[in-house]
Amino acid sequence: MQKLGEFKLPHFFNYPPYFTLQPVREAREKQVQLWKELILDYCRTQKIFVIGLEEEFPLFSNSVIERTLSHEAREAFLSALVSEGHAEWLDKGHRKCLILWHRIQDWAEIILNFVKDNGFEHSVMTVEEIRSGIESRGTELHGIDRMILMRALKLLQQKGKLAIFKGTSADDEGVKFSV
Amino acid sequence: MADFFSKAEVTSSGRPVLLRSEVECHLLSSVDIESEDNHHFYPLKSGLLILTTHRLLWLPSSSSSSTSSAAAIPLHAISHIFSTKKSLKSMFHSPRIRFQVLVSPDGRLFDPASGSGSSSGSGSKSIVLTAVVRGKGDCDGFLGKLWESWRARAWECNETSGSGSGSGSGTGTSTATSGGLYSSDGSVRMVGVAGILRKEQEMWESTDKSLQDAFQDLNALMSKAKEMVMLAEKMRQKLLSGSSSQTSGANDEDMGSKEEMQDWLLSVGIISPVTKESAGALYHQQLSRQLADFVRTPLQRAGGMINLIDAYCLFNRARGTELISPDDMLQACSLWEKFDVPVMLRKFDSGVMVIQNKSHSDEEVFARIKGLVTKPEALRSGISPSDAAITLGIAPAMAKEHLLTAESKGLLCRDISPDGFRFYINLFPEIDPRDVYLLK
Repeated sequence: MQKLGEFKLPHFFNYPPYFTLQPVREAREKQVQLWKELILDYCRTQKIFVIGLEEEFPLFSNSVIERTLSHEAREAFLSALVSEGHAEWLDKGHRKCLILWHRIQDWAEIILNFVKDNGFEHSVMTVEEIRSGIESRGTELHGIDRMILMRALKLLQQKGKLAIFKGTSADDEGVKFSV
Repeated sequence: MADFFSKAEVTSSGRPVLLRSEVECHLLSSVDIESEDNHHFYPLKSGLLILTTHRLLWLPSSSSSSTSSAAAIPLHAISHIFSTKKSLKSMFHSPRIRFQVLVSPDGRLFDPASGSGSSSGSGSKSIVLTAVVRGKGDCDGFLGKLWESWRARAWECNETSGSGSGSGSGTGTSTATSGGLYSSDGSVRMVGVAGILRKEQEMWESTDKSLQDAFQDLNALMSKAKEMVMLAEKMRQKLLSGSSSQTSGANDEDMGSKEEMQDWLLSVGIISPVTKESAGALYHQQLSRQLADFVRTPLQRAGGMINLIDAYCLFNRARGTELISPDDMLQACSLWEKFDVPVMLRKFDSGVMVIQNKSHSDEEVFARIKGLVTKPEALRSGISPSDAAITLGIAPAMAKEHLLTAESKGLLCRDISPDGFRFYINLFPEIDPRDVYLLK
């Protein structure tokens, strides 16, 4: 089985047509579906939150069969992810894409569970602690993209579950939970 | 004296104006004309010497002084041409042409056209002129032609006819006749060497005349062509208005003649304006059948399918003359669906149009493609249009069309890479998203 680092690649990764954007409708739909899942899987396991279309992304090439996804194909698959809410374009030119293998609201759920599991219902923490503190290790929150975390926190703030405030140092913010 | 010579008319671009039936024979560049005793005129320096059937013309080149104007020496005024003496001295000199010309009493060149004096009887004085050829021209050749033209005496025949019409008399005798060549009734006598030359001259003249007549016809045709086009346009308009008015009073005879007119227009090459109605036009019908017959052999050779453009080229080449236009071809092919012919026109999604046998079955082709694409080699690296072409026995462009059609039916999928355009068997339906690690 082929691997990309520790990641196990599916067998159709070696099927050359997989890397050419298919024009026929049924084939295209299948192809897009397979790529969406592959991208999300890969990003989740590798903790990748942002994909730059013009950069080299290991998943987009297969050196064994010497094929690479064209820019058009990459944009097509990522746009499909955006349409179903699993990604967002970070710029108008569609050069950078934020990958949300968990949607923002799902991340919010995870944060709430994290808070409940650790008894932080009324605690105060810094944002940095949430994403890299000891408690987060082993959870999905560990190493989460800061941008995503902020948005999830803001969502929870809107729901009244917490309050975000500026911390003592200029670059860190704090959170007061009231779950 | 500048006006020693006869005046030669020149056009605004410097070309000499020729007399009627005067023809240029030869020319030399960088020629000086001098007289041996230098009394009669300033030497003409470095001009273009043109020999015609009637005259020697000297045209000043643009570099020579502006005072020189074009000069003419009627061949008639030449009384003798000297042959060149090849001597040691002449090898180092520029070649020279020496000839003797008659001089009229008033010191000017004898010019029969100006009517200064009558025939060869007067002008007892003569001087020798020399043309010095400083350019690179073929002097000997020029001299030879000069002899010929001088002996041919082309001006005589013209002067006969010219003065005859001018004076209005029908006898044809003129003051310019010379000696024994003409009998008393004015017809030319063929005697001696002069007679032979005369005969040749006449033959040449009659050819020239018939050529001119032919060109006259062409000119007449050109002027008529404009009228023809206008006539054809009028007919077109009539047809258009006739068909659109759709009067119920149009009887069969009218319709018949209208159809005839359409057919006639079509055969001449003018596209009928009423295209929908001309779908039944006889011309296209016949063409359609002829094409169906013709295309059978190429179809067989090409494996059952041939590109419309190729068929068009083959058909026109076979016809040789009366070539058909692409429009005609299209019309002819579209008519096939109305007849019972074994061929049909087919348009692919990509826009490519082909002629194929009605018996041709897509399914059969797909079966063969599938067989090709499931071979171990093809499973690994796919097939290219050329591979398919070899297997199917058809042209690569046709094969590609088949592959694309098979793709659209879900049989194949494409793989585009720097290696080219290849096709694989379509495995996407086989892939189960939940079992992606299972090797099938």
